[in-house]
Amino acid sequence: MNVLEFTGLVALGSLVAGFLGALTGLGGGVVVVPMLALLFHVDIRYAIGASLVSVIATSSGAAAAYVREGYSNIRIGMFLETATTAGAIAGAAIALHVPTSAIAIVFGVVLLYSAYLSSKHREEHGAHLQSSPLAKKLRLEGTYPTPEGKQPYAVTGVGAGYGLMFLAGVMSGLLGIGSGAVKVLAMDQAMKIPFKVSTTTSNFMIGVTAAASAGLYLARGYIAPGITMAVMLGVLAGSMIGAKILVQAKVKVLRYVFAAVIVALGIEMIFNGATGRI
Amino acid sequence: MSTQDQAPAPGGFNDQRIEIIIGTLLRTGVILAAAVVLSGAIMYLARYGRVVPDYKSFHGEPERLKSLPEIFHGAIALEPRDIIQFGLLLLIATPIARVVFSAIAFAIERDYAYVVITLVVLGILCYSLFGSS
Repeated sequence: MNVLEFTGLVALGSLVAGFLGALTGLGGGVVVVPMLALLFHVDIRYAIGASLVSVIATSSGAAAAYVREGYSNIRIGMFLETATTAGAIAGAAIALHVPTSAIAIVFGVVLLYSAYLSSKHREEHGAHLQSSPLAKKLRLEGTYPTPEGKQPYAVTGVGAGYGLMFLAGVMSGLLGIGSGAVKVLAMDQAMKIPFKVSTTTSNFMIGVTAAASAGLYLARGYIAPGITMAVMLGVLAGSMIGAKILVQAKVKVLRYVFAAVIVALGIEMIFNGATGRI
Repeated sequence: MSTQDQAPAPGGFNDQRIEIIIGTLLRTGVILAAAVVLSGAIMYLARYGRVVPDYKSFHGEPERLKSLPEIFHGAIALEPRDIIQFGLLLLIATPIARVVFSAIAFAIERDYAYVVITLVVLGILCYSLFGSS
Protein backbone atom coordinates (compact mmCIF):
# COMPACT_ATOMS: atom_id res chain seq x y z
CA MET A 1 0.00 0.00 0.00
CA ASN A 2 1.56 3.33 -1.02
CA VAL A 3 0.88 6.77 0.49
CA LEU A 4 -1.84 7.59 -2.05
CA GLU A 5 -3.85 4.42 -1.30
CA PHE A 6 -3.25 4.66 2.44
CA THR A 7 -4.45 8.28 2.53
CA GLY A 8 -7.54 7.52 0.45
CA LEU A 9 -8.61 4.57 2.60
CA VAL A 10 -7.95 6.33 5.91
CA ALA A 11 -9.85 9.42 4.71
CA LEU A 12 -12.79 7.26 3.61
CA GLY A 13 -12.86 5.39 6.93
CA SER A 14 -12.64 8.67 8.85
CA LEU A 15 -15.48 10.11 6.78
CA VAL A 16 -17.74 7.20 7.72
CA ALA A 17 -16.63 7.47 11.39
CA GLY A 18 -17.37 11.20 11.47
CA PHE A 19 -20.70 10.71 9.70
CA LEU A 20 -21.92 8.00 12.09
CA GLY A 21 -20.49 9.84 15.09
CA ALA A 22 -22.45 12.99 14.29
CA LEU A 23 -25.63 11.10 13.42
CA THR A 24 -25.66 9.04 16.61
CA GLY A 25 -24.19 11.71 18.89
CA LEU A 26 -21.44 9.34 20.03
CA GLY A 27 -18.63 11.28 18.36
CA GLY A 28 -16.31 10.04 15.62
CA GLY A 29 -13.17 9.99 17.76
CA VAL A 30 -13.99 6.76 19.56
CA VAL A 31 -13.87 4.66 16.39
CA VAL A 32 -10.96 6.42 14.66
CA VAL A 33 -8.30 5.06 17.04
CA PRO A 34 -9.42 1.39 16.85
CA MET A 35 -9.87 1.73 13.07
CA LEU A 36 -6.29 2.97 12.62
CA ALA A 37 -4.80 0.53 15.13
CA LEU A 38 -6.73 -2.63 14.19
CA LEU A 39 -7.44 -2.13 10.48
CA PHE A 40 -4.44 -0.14 9.26
CA HIS A 41 -1.94 -1.43 11.88
CA VAL A 42 -0.87 2.11 12.71
CA ASP A 43 1.01 2.47 16.03
CA ILE A 44 -1.55 3.46 18.67
CA ARG A 45 0.42 6.63 19.56
CA TYR A 46 0.11 7.96 15.99
CA ALA A 47 -3.57 6.92 16.02
CA ILE A 48 -4.23 8.81 19.27
CA GLY A 49 -2.46 11.93 17.97
CA ALA A 50 -4.49 11.97 14.75
CA SER A 51 -7.76 11.31 16.56
CA LEU A 52 -7.18 14.08 19.08
CA VAL A 53 -6.66 16.65 16.34
CA SER A 54 -9.81 15.54 14.51
CA VAL A 55 -11.74 15.92 17.78
CA ILE A 56 -10.80 19.62 17.90
CA ALA A 57 -12.07 20.06 14.34
CA THR A 58 -15.47 18.44 14.87
CA SER A 59 -16.02 20.07 18.27
CA SER A 60 -15.24 23.57 17.01
CA GLY A 61 -17.24 23.06 13.80
CA ALA A 62 -20.33 21.84 15.63
CA ALA A 63 -20.03 24.35 18.50
CA ALA A 64 -20.36 27.18 15.99
CA ALA A 65 -23.88 25.99 15.20
CA TYR A 66 -24.86 25.23 18.81
CA VAL A 67 -23.86 28.55 20.38
CA ARG A 68 -26.18 30.38 17.97
CA GLU A 69 -29.15 28.36 19.22
CA GLY A 70 -28.47 29.51 22.79
CA TYR A 71 -28.22 26.12 24.47
CA SER A 72 -24.60 26.05 25.60
CA ASN A 73 -23.67 27.81 28.84
CA ILE A 74 -20.28 29.51 28.50
CA ARG A 75 -19.85 30.04 32.25
CA ILE A 76 -20.42 26.37 33.08
CA GLY A 77 -18.12 25.48 30.18
CA MET A 78 -15.30 27.81 31.20
CA PHE A 79 -15.46 26.91 34.90
CA LEU A 80 -15.35 23.16 34.18
CA GLU A 81 -12.61 23.60 31.59
CA THR A 82 -10.19 24.36 34.44
CA ALA A 83 -10.78 20.71 35.45
CA THR A 84 -10.77 19.14 31.97
CA THR A 85 -7.60 20.93 30.76
CA ALA A 86 -5.70 20.07 33.95
CA GLY A 87 -6.92 16.47 33.56
CA ALA A 88 -5.85 16.43 29.90
CA ILE A 89 -2.29 17.45 30.84
CA ALA A 90 -2.26 14.72 33.49
CA GLY A 91 -3.62 12.17 30.98
CA ALA A 92 -1.00 13.07 28.37
CA ALA A 93 1.70 12.74 31.06
CA ILE A 94 0.38 9.30 32.09
CA ALA A 95 0.37 8.20 28.42
CA LEU A 96 4.14 8.70 28.35
CA HIS A 97 4.75 6.15 31.12
CA VAL A 98 2.12 3.51 30.35
CA PRO A 99 2.81 0.68 27.85
CA THR A 100 0.70 0.85 24.66
CA SER A 101 -0.94 -2.50 25.47
CA ALA A 102 -2.35 -1.00 28.69
CA ILE A 103 -3.65 2.02 26.75
CA ALA A 104 -5.37 -0.37 24.32
CA ILE A 105 -7.09 -2.19 27.20
CA VAL A 106 -8.26 1.06 28.84
CA PHE A 107 -9.48 2.20 25.43
CA GLY A 108 -11.48 -1.00 25.01
CA VAL A 109 -13.13 -0.58 28.41
CA VAL A 110 -14.04 3.04 27.58
CA LEU A 111 -15.57 1.87 24.27
CA LEU A 112 -17.74 -0.69 26.06
CA TYR A 113 -18.79 1.89 28.64
CA SER A 114 -19.77 4.50 26.02
CA ALA A 115 -21.86 1.89 24.20
CA TYR A 116 -23.59 1.11 27.50
CA LEU A 117 -24.22 4.81 28.23
CA SER A 118 -25.69 5.40 24.79
CA SER A 119 -28.24 2.63 25.32
CA LYS A 120 -29.57 4.21 28.51
CA HIS A 121 -32.84 6.13 28.44
CA ARG A 122 -32.64 9.85 29.13
CA GLU A 123 -35.09 11.77 31.25
CA GLU A 124 -35.22 15.53 31.69
CA HIS A 125 -34.91 16.81 35.24
CA GLY A 126 -37.72 18.71 36.92
CA ALA A 127 -37.63 22.50 36.65
CA HIS A 128 -38.25 23.01 40.40
CA LEU A 129 -34.75 22.09 41.46
CA GLN A 130 -32.91 24.53 43.75
CA SER A 131 -29.36 25.61 42.93
CA SER A 132 -26.62 24.87 45.45
CA PRO A 133 -24.93 27.90 47.11
CA LEU A 134 -21.65 27.22 45.25
CA ALA A 135 -23.44 27.10 41.90
CA LYS A 136 -25.14 30.40 42.73
CA LYS A 137 -21.85 31.96 43.74
CA LEU A 138 -20.27 30.87 40.46
CA ARG A 139 -23.36 32.11 38.57
CA LEU A 140 -23.74 28.78 36.75
CA GLU A 141 -27.54 28.97 36.42
CA GLY A 142 -28.97 29.90 33.06
CA THR A 143 -31.91 29.68 30.69
CA TYR A 144 -32.43 27.57 27.60
CA PRO A 145 -34.93 27.68 24.75
CA THR A 146 -37.92 25.29 24.93
CA PRO A 147 -41.14 25.15 22.87
CA GLU A 148 -42.76 27.17 25.69
CA GLY A 149 -40.11 29.90 25.59
CA LYS A 150 -36.97 30.44 27.66
CA GLN A 151 -36.83 28.11 30.65
CA PRO A 152 -34.54 28.81 33.65
CA TYR A 153 -32.62 25.89 35.15
CA ALA A 154 -30.84 25.25 38.44
CA VAL A 155 -27.38 23.70 38.96
CA THR A 156 -26.21 21.48 41.85
CA GLY A 157 -23.49 18.91 42.56
CA VAL A 158 -20.64 21.21 41.51
CA GLY A 159 -17.98 19.22 43.40
CA ALA A 160 -18.94 15.83 41.95
CA GLY A 161 -19.29 17.33 38.47
CA TYR A 162 -15.85 18.95 38.76
CA GLY A 163 -14.26 15.64 39.77
CA LEU A 164 -15.87 13.79 36.88
CA MET A 165 -14.70 16.53 34.52
CA PHE A 166 -11.11 16.03 35.66
CA LEU A 167 -11.52 12.33 34.87
CA ALA A 168 -12.96 13.19 31.44
CA GLY A 169 -9.87 15.33 30.84
CA VAL A 170 -7.51 12.51 31.86
CA MET A 171 -9.25 10.12 29.44
CA SER A 172 -9.10 12.68 26.65
CA GLY A 173 -5.38 13.23 27.16
CA LEU A 174 -4.63 9.53 27.57
CA LEU A 175 -6.72 8.16 24.69
CA GLY A 176 -7.04 11.04 22.22
CA ILE A 177 -10.83 11.12 22.37
CA GLY A 178 -13.28 13.89 23.24
CA SER A 179 -14.77 11.95 26.21
CA GLY A 180 -18.10 13.60 25.50
CA ALA A 181 -19.92 10.72 27.22
CA VAL A 182 -18.26 11.39 30.59
CA LYS A 183 -18.65 15.16 30.21
CA VAL A 184 -22.38 14.75 29.59
CA LEU A 185 -22.58 12.34 32.55
CA ALA A 186 -20.95 14.96 34.80
CA MET A 187 -23.34 17.73 33.79
CA ASP A 188 -26.54 15.80 33.17
CA GLN A 189 -26.34 13.30 36.06
CA ALA A 190 -24.10 14.91 38.71
CA MET A 191 -25.01 18.58 38.20
CA LYS A 192 -28.64 18.10 37.05
CA ILE A 193 -28.19 20.41 34.07
CA PRO A 194 -30.81 19.88 31.28
CA PHE A 195 -29.70 17.23 28.78
CA LYS A 196 -29.63 19.51 25.73
CA VAL A 197 -27.58 22.12 27.63
CA SER A 198 -25.25 19.34 28.83
CA THR A 199 -24.61 17.90 25.36
CA THR A 200 -24.03 21.26 23.66
CA THR A 201 -21.85 22.62 26.48
CA SER A 202 -19.91 19.33 26.45
CA ASN A 203 -19.31 19.70 22.73
CA PHE A 204 -18.17 23.25 23.33
CA MET A 205 -15.64 22.09 25.95
CA ILE A 206 -14.22 19.19 23.95
CA GLY A 207 -12.14 21.42 21.66
CA VAL A 208 -10.44 23.26 24.53
CA THR A 209 -9.81 20.00 26.42
CA ALA A 210 -8.27 18.38 23.34
CA ALA A 211 -6.14 21.47 22.63
CA ALA A 212 -4.61 21.11 26.11
CA SER A 213 -3.05 17.73 25.29
CA ALA A 214 -2.53 18.36 21.55
CA GLY A 215 0.39 20.70 22.29
CA LEU A 216 2.12 18.01 24.35
CA TYR A 217 1.44 15.37 21.68
CA LEU A 218 2.92 17.60 19.01
CA ALA A 219 6.08 18.17 21.05
CA ARG A 220 6.42 14.39 21.52
CA GLY A 221 6.09 13.59 17.83
CA TYR A 222 2.74 11.79 18.09
CA ILE A 223 1.17 13.97 15.40
CA ALA A 224 2.21 12.54 12.03
CA PRO A 225 1.08 14.88 9.22
CA GLY A 226 0.61 12.02 6.72
CA ILE A 227 -2.01 10.28 8.89
CA THR A 228 -3.52 13.28 10.64
CA MET A 229 -4.38 15.17 7.43
CA ALA A 230 -6.53 12.30 6.16
CA VAL A 231 -8.20 11.69 9.53
CA MET A 232 -8.92 15.36 10.23
CA LEU A 233 -10.34 16.18 6.78
CA GLY A 234 -12.29 12.91 6.63
CA VAL A 235 -13.87 13.17 10.08
CA LEU A 236 -14.66 16.87 9.59
CA ALA A 237 -16.40 16.28 6.23
CA GLY A 238 -18.25 13.25 7.59
CA SER A 239 -19.52 15.02 10.70
CA MET A 240 -20.69 18.02 8.65
CA ILE A 241 -22.71 15.75 6.35
CA GLY A 242 -24.01 13.87 9.41
CA ALA A 243 -25.15 17.06 11.14
CA LYS A 244 -27.04 18.15 7.99
CA ILE A 245 -28.88 14.81 7.68
CA LEU A 246 -29.52 14.49 11.44
CA VAL A 247 -32.68 16.58 11.31
CA GLN A 248 -34.60 14.27 8.98
CA ALA A 249 -33.03 10.90 9.76
CA LYS A 250 -34.48 8.22 12.01
CA VAL A 251 -31.42 7.38 14.01
CA LYS A 252 -32.72 4.78 16.45
CA VAL A 253 -31.75 1.72 14.42
CA LEU A 254 -28.49 3.36 13.41
CA ARG A 255 -27.65 4.03 17.07
CA TYR A 256 -27.98 0.34 17.85
CA VAL A 257 -25.86 -0.65 14.87
CA PHE A 258 -23.17 1.87 15.80
CA ALA A 259 -23.28 0.79 19.46
CA ALA A 260 -22.79 -2.83 18.33
CA VAL A 261 -19.78 -1.78 16.22
CA ILE A 262 -18.32 0.03 19.24
CA VAL A 263 -18.80 -3.05 21.45
CA ALA A 264 -17.04 -5.23 18.87
CA LEU A 265 -14.16 -2.74 18.59
CA GLY A 266 -13.94 -2.53 22.39
CA ILE A 267 -13.61 -6.29 22.77
CA GLU A 268 -11.01 -6.45 20.00
CA MET A 269 -8.98 -3.61 21.57
CA ILE A 270 -8.99 -5.39 24.95
CA PHE A 271 -8.03 -8.71 23.29
CA ASN A 272 -5.18 -7.14 21.30
CA GLY A 273 -3.95 -5.24 24.34
CA ALA A 274 -4.09 -8.29 26.61
CA THR A 275 -2.21 -10.48 24.12
CA GLY A 276 0.39 -7.75 23.59
CA ARG A 277 -0.37 -7.21 19.90
CA ILE A 278 -0.80 -3.45 20.36
CA MET B 1 -27.22 32.79 29.02
CA SER B 2 -27.30 33.93 32.61
CA THR B 3 -28.39 36.82 34.79
CA GLN B 4 -26.35 39.05 32.49
CA ASP B 5 -29.24 38.97 30.05
CA GLN B 6 -31.20 41.48 32.06
CA ALA B 7 -28.34 43.89 32.60
CA PRO B 8 -26.34 44.56 29.44
CA ALA B 9 -22.81 45.66 30.21
CA PRO B 10 -21.25 48.76 28.63
CA GLY B 11 -20.98 48.55 24.86
CA GLY B 12 -24.09 46.36 24.55
CA PHE B 13 -22.01 43.29 25.38
CA ASN B 14 -24.13 40.45 26.71
CA ASP B 15 -23.68 36.70 26.82
CA GLN B 16 -25.87 36.16 23.75
CA ARG B 17 -23.73 38.43 21.61
CA ILE B 18 -20.52 36.94 22.95
CA GLU B 19 -21.75 33.48 22.01
CA ILE B 20 -22.49 34.55 18.44
CA ILE B 21 -19.01 36.07 18.07
CA ILE B 22 -17.46 32.91 19.55
CA GLY B 23 -19.42 30.79 17.07
CA THR B 24 -18.12 32.80 14.12
CA LEU B 25 -14.58 32.67 15.50
CA LEU B 26 -14.67 28.87 15.81
CA ARG B 27 -16.09 28.36 12.34
CA THR B 28 -13.55 30.68 10.72
CA GLY B 29 -10.68 28.92 12.50
CA VAL B 30 -11.80 25.46 11.41
CA ILE B 31 -12.37 26.50 7.78
CA LEU B 32 -8.99 28.23 7.61
CA ALA B 33 -7.18 25.26 9.18
CA ALA B 34 -8.94 22.77 6.89
CA ALA B 35 -8.01 24.83 3.81
CA VAL B 36 -4.33 24.96 4.81
CA VAL B 37 -4.24 21.21 5.64
CA LEU B 38 -5.95 20.38 2.33
CA SER B 39 -3.45 22.37 0.26
CA GLY B 40 -0.57 20.78 2.17
CA ALA B 41 -2.15 17.35 1.66
CA ILE B 42 -2.41 17.84 -2.12
CA MET B 43 1.26 18.88 -2.35
CA TYR B 44 2.25 15.98 -0.07
CA LEU B 45 0.40 13.42 -2.18
CA ALA B 46 1.83 14.85 -5.40
CA ARG B 47 5.35 14.51 -4.04
CA TYR B 48 5.24 11.36 -1.91
CA GLY B 49 2.15 9.53 -3.29
CA ARG B 50 4.13 6.52 -4.55
CA VAL B 51 6.22 6.05 -1.41
CA VAL B 52 5.28 3.15 0.90
CA PRO B 53 4.47 4.56 4.36
CA ASP B 54 5.58 2.96 7.63
CA TYR B 55 3.45 3.75 10.65
CA LYS B 56 3.59 0.26 12.17
CA SER B 57 6.37 1.16 14.55
CA PHE B 58 6.60 4.40 16.46
CA HIS B 59 9.72 6.48 16.04
CA GLY B 60 8.26 9.92 16.66
CA GLU B 61 8.17 12.70 14.13
CA PRO B 62 11.51 14.35 13.28
CA GLU B 63 12.56 17.41 15.29
CA ARG B 64 11.52 19.85 12.56
CA LEU B 65 7.89 18.67 12.68
CA LYS B 66 7.67 19.01 16.45
CA SER B 67 8.77 22.52 17.34
CA LEU B 68 6.76 25.63 16.47
CA PRO B 69 9.57 27.80 14.94
CA GLU B 70 10.73 24.91 12.74
CA ILE B 71 7.20 24.30 11.46
CA PHE B 72 6.80 28.01 10.59
CA HIS B 73 10.10 28.02 8.67
CA GLY B 74 9.18 24.83 6.81
CA ALA B 75 5.73 26.13 5.93
CA ILE B 76 7.18 29.35 4.50
CA ALA B 77 9.55 27.22 2.42
CA LEU B 78 6.43 25.36 1.14
CA GLU B 79 7.44 21.99 2.54
CA PRO B 80 4.23 19.88 2.25
CA ARG B 81 4.48 18.23 5.67
CA ASP B 82 5.24 21.52 7.39
CA ILE B 83 2.24 23.14 5.69
CA ILE B 84 0.00 20.34 7.02
CA GLN B 85 1.54 20.72 10.48
CA PHE B 86 0.99 24.50 10.27
CA GLY B 87 -2.68 23.93 9.39
CA LEU B 88 -3.01 21.58 12.37
CA LEU B 89 -1.45 24.28 14.57
CA LEU B 90 -4.09 26.73 13.31
CA LEU B 91 -6.70 24.20 14.35
CA ILE B 92 -5.19 23.80 17.83
CA ALA B 93 -5.04 27.61 18.09
CA THR B 94 -8.78 27.96 17.36
CA PRO B 95 -10.12 26.91 20.80
CA ILE B 96 -7.24 28.82 22.40
CA ALA B 97 -8.33 31.97 20.54
CA ARG B 98 -11.83 31.32 21.85
CA VAL B 99 -10.51 31.28 25.43
CA VAL B 100 -8.57 34.53 24.85
CA PHE B 101 -11.70 36.17 23.46
CA SER B 102 -13.78 34.93 26.42
CA ALA B 103 -11.30 36.51 28.85
CA ILE B 104 -11.66 39.86 27.09
CA ALA B 105 -15.45 39.53 26.99
CA PHE B 106 -15.67 38.73 30.72
CA ALA B 107 -13.42 41.74 31.43
CA ILE B 108 -15.75 44.03 29.46
CA GLU B 109 -18.67 42.57 31.43
CA ARG B 110 -16.70 43.38 34.61
CA ASP B 111 -17.07 39.76 35.73
CA TYR B 112 -13.61 39.54 37.27
CA ALA B 113 -14.09 36.13 38.90
CA TYR B 114 -14.60 34.67 35.41
CA VAL B 115 -11.67 36.64 34.01
CA VAL B 116 -9.50 34.79 36.55
CA ILE B 117 -11.11 31.40 35.78
CA THR B 118 -10.58 31.98 32.04
CA LEU B 119 -6.95 33.00 32.55
CA VAL B 120 -6.33 29.77 34.50
CA VAL B 121 -7.59 27.77 31.48
CA LEU B 122 -5.43 29.90 29.18
CA GLY B 123 -2.39 29.32 31.39
CA ILE B 124 -2.83 25.54 31.21
CA LEU B 125 -3.21 25.68 27.41
CA CYS B 126 -0.08 27.83 27.02
CA TYR B 127 1.90 25.47 29.25
CA SER B 128 0.94 22.59 26.95
CA LEU B 129 1.86 24.41 23.75
CA PHE B 130 4.98 26.34 24.80
CA GLY B 131 6.11 24.95 28.14
CA SER B 132 7.02 21.47 27.02
CA SER B 133 9.08 22.04 23.87
